[in-house]
This record gives sequence, C-alpha cells and structure tokens, in this order.
Amino acid sequence: MLKVNKLTAGYDNVPVVFDVSLEVREGELVSVVGSNGAGKTTILRAISGLLKPISGSIEFMGKRIDKLPAHEIVKLGIAHVPEGRHIFGKMSVRDNLLMGAYAIEDDAEVNRLLDRVYEIFPVLKEREKQKGETMSGGEQQMLAIARALMAKPKLLLVDEMSLGLMPLMVDKALDVLKHVNKTGVAVLMVEQKVQEALEIADRGYILQTGKIVAQGTGQELLGSELVKQAYMGM
Amino acid sequence: MLLQVLLTGVLIGSVYSLVAVGLTLVWGLMDIINFAHGEFLMISMYTTFWLYALLKFDPLASLPIAVGVVALVGVLTYKLVVKRVANAPGLMALLATFGLSLFIRNLAQFLWSPNYRFVSESLLTDKRFIIGDLIIGLPQLVAAVGSFAMTLIIALLIKKTKTGRAIQATAQSKDIAELMGVNTERIYAITFAISGACVGVAGALLANTFPVYPECGAMYGLLAFVIVALGGFGNIWGAFYAGILIGLAETLGGFYLGTQFKYAIAFLIYLLVLQFRPKGLFGW
Repeated sequence: MLKVNKLTAGYDNVPVVFDVSLEVREGELVSVVGSNGAGKTTILRAISGLLKPISGSIEFMGKRIDKLPAHEIVKLGIAHVPEGRHIFGKMSVRDNLLMGAYAIEDDAEVNRLLDRVYEIFPVLKEREKQKGETMSGGEQQMLAIARALMAKPKLLLVDEMSLGLMPLMVDKALDVLKHVNKTGVAVLMVEQKVQEALEIADRGYILQTGKIVAQGTGQELLGSELVKQAYMGM
Repeated sequence: MLLQVLLTGVLIGSVYSLVAVGLTLVWGLMDIINFAHGEFLMISMYTTFWLYALLKFDPLASLPIAVGVVALVGVLTYKLVVKRVANAPGLMALLATFGLSLFIRNLAQFLWSPNYRFVSESLLTDKRFIIGDLIIGLPQLVAAVGSFAMTLIIALLIKKTKTGRAIQATAQSKDIAELMGVNTERIYAITFAISGACVGVAGALLANTFPVYPECGAMYGLLAFVIVALGGFGNIWGAFYAGILIGLAETLGGFYLGTQFKYAIAFLIYLLVLQFRPKGLFGW
C-alpha cells in the first residue's frame, strides 16, 4: 500500500537519507531499525509530508503523495505518531483526541472513535479532562498513539516509540501496536531498540547512515550476522 | 468621586482589553507582534465615520461592516506581508508590520487629511444615566459592554469550537497540527481575521465618543502592547484583566496627578511589572 522509491531527503537541501526504497503491504507491521542519526525520522517526515523529498517518489494506495501538504496526506489514511510524542500539552486529553479526528467531519463517527480508543486505553478516559502535559511519559505515549488512531488510519507511522520510556512501558506500547496491527491497520515503525522492533515485525529494514543496508523478515534479520555484530554486541 | 473615577477606568479598560485580545491572539499563535494593530483600529474608526458621514449610518449599524472590513484587512496583512517574513528571524516580522503601520497611517493622511473628524450625532450621543452622584455615559457603557461581549465570544470560540482547538493546536506546534489534518496556513489567516474583528468592534464603538484622525489608533496600539505584555503573551483572560488594570491606572493617575500623567502611569506600571515578572502578571 505504501511504496517509497529511491527517496533522498534532508534539511536545507543537505541529504540525510539516500536512495531509500521500502514498502509496506496491506496489514503488515514493518520496522526500520538503525542507530541514532541514521535518518529514520527523516523518512517518516517525508512520508507524512512534513518534509519535501529532494528526489524520489512516495506512493500510497497507488497515488503519488510526495507533493501533497501534510494536512492532505492524513486525510488519505496515514497517521503519524511523532518522535518525542508531541502531544498538545496545554490541551485536555479529550481535546487532544478530538484533534486526532480533525479531518473527520461526521460528529457521530468522531464519538464512535472516541469510545473505541477509550476502550483500548481506559486510562485516557479517566484522565479525559486533565491537561496533556500533566501526564507521565508512558501515558503521553499512549495518548499520542490514541490520537493517531482517532484519524481512522490505514497506515500508522510510529517514530521511536521507546524513547524515554521505562522497559515495562516499552513492552506495553509494543503490545498496543501489535493489537492495533491485528485490527487491520498497517504499521511502519522506526526504532533504535533493534531487537524488540524486529521481534514483532513481519518485515524489517536496517538503516545505516542514511542508506538501507539489509532487509528481510524480522526473524531473518534477527539471525543475521550484521544485526548480531552491529546492534547486539555479539 | 472615587467611584466615578473607578467606573470610568473600568469602562475604558474593557475597550483596551478587546484591542489587546486581538493582538495577543496573533502573538500566541505565531510569536509575532503586529505593530499595525493600532492602525487596524483607525481603519475601523474611519469606516464607521465615513458610513456615518456619507450614508448616515449610525455607528451601531455600521459595526458589522467595520468588523468585516478590518477582518479583511487582517487577512490581507497576513497573506501579503506577514506570510512572506514568517520564516525569517523574529525581528523581520516586527519591522514589516511596523512599516505597514507607517504606510497605513500616512495613506490615511494622504486620502483623508490629518483633520479631526467626529461622529457628531448618533443614537447614543449625549445619552447618560445618573445614579446618585454617578454619571454613566451611554456611549461609554455600550462600548464597554460590547467589548466585553466580544472578548467573551472570542474566548469561547477558542476554547469550545473545532476551529478554536485547531488554533490552539497550531499555536503549540505547527507541524503536529498539520499531521492532524489542520491546514495551518488557513488557521493563520483566520486568526488574523479574528484579530481584525476584535479591533473592528472596538473601533466602531469608540467612534461614538472619540475623534477620528490618522494617528487615532497609535496610542491604542501602544497600550495594547503593554497590556499584552502585562497579561502574559497569548493569554486572553490575562489581556482582559490587564486591560482593566491599565484603564484604572490611567483614570486614577489622570485624576489624582493630572491628565498629562495618565499614560505615564500606565507605562510606569509596565516597566515595573517587567522588572519583576518578565512573563507578565498572568504569564506562566
């Protein structure tokens, strides 16, 4: 459903990622792993339209999206959970979730979606009136994911979900992603936590200094010499 | 007598508040001070005056038209001036709007001369209540109540509506708001329109009692800047309370020290508050 083709992108015309090609198929959970600064965030920002590619193309459901502004792309069914969560700290939890459904016109539909995310994340229902910034890091991450789900996405982009979370919360957040993926939403996540990310992925890509150096199923990559040496210290 | 002075202060303060609300909205959203804000007010007052002079419109009847005109001026200011410097260092937008203010002021002088003009007869002219020793001018009362009503409407719009939520979201992060599907360019234009509508209301109400001339918005613009800083940048209710405070300071100072000191008192308060609370009385 998503095809990234020879993408070169960066900031102020200085490329950070070079000729990156990757694909997410219907219903898949795909991980892009690599160390800090490898360009993972840049790829996601290019897909969601926050960053215009220097060259290459991005297609979603057979339509080129690399020239569209970000607010149009979310309407096509791509929701982005940004790095560092970036919830709206000064707004209530409920208003944050309503912002997630901004592109949906039908109020009844918005209420249905709200009930659904409250079912998945009961803690958000309890904290509904609280300001986003007063919640813990883990709760904010849940809110960021829930907010993205409010957009009724076909594809969820998840940036460095584990950053700044304690291990228990990381496991919990990964469980949530798996659950969401089982409901038919394709997921493209980027992670520094190589092992965890590849374990739950159908397929994965390894990104090193802006280039894709290996790809395969999650299990294949976990077993590969490259991953063992570079990321697991074996 | 003190009561009379306090009342006068609150009434004018309410109008100051509304002017400042318009300014603080734009600041809160874009971190830009619109130096032409006082000139927006002047445009509203001229709109009201000309509708009165040429078409015999009462200022209250021309209020919606003035609101529309200044809202449009706000949108044009965003699209033609602010948008072009929005990504440049902060000082650029400040200088650009400062230049715009000089341009509008001189254009008004060129087109309509520097003469003072008055709406000499309106529905409200010379009407007043007298309660015991208190005299309440109807034009002042209507201006204050109208300004407060508009402030309330703006606050509710920001807090309770979908567009208001989008404005809040864009103020906190443009990129993340885009990811939610918000066309942030449109939100900027809308916010400039709302900001213009605030001074549109204030200008039409002020035209009942104050003379209209090319410089007539300048002092309001300056006071609004002071009020925004006192109230905490981007804070609507902060601007409201600070506006009342400045209105009171001005009338109290004017009454006890002499009218020549009335603005000096207001600016002195500003200097003192900034020494001790740089983020304003109601800032975070």
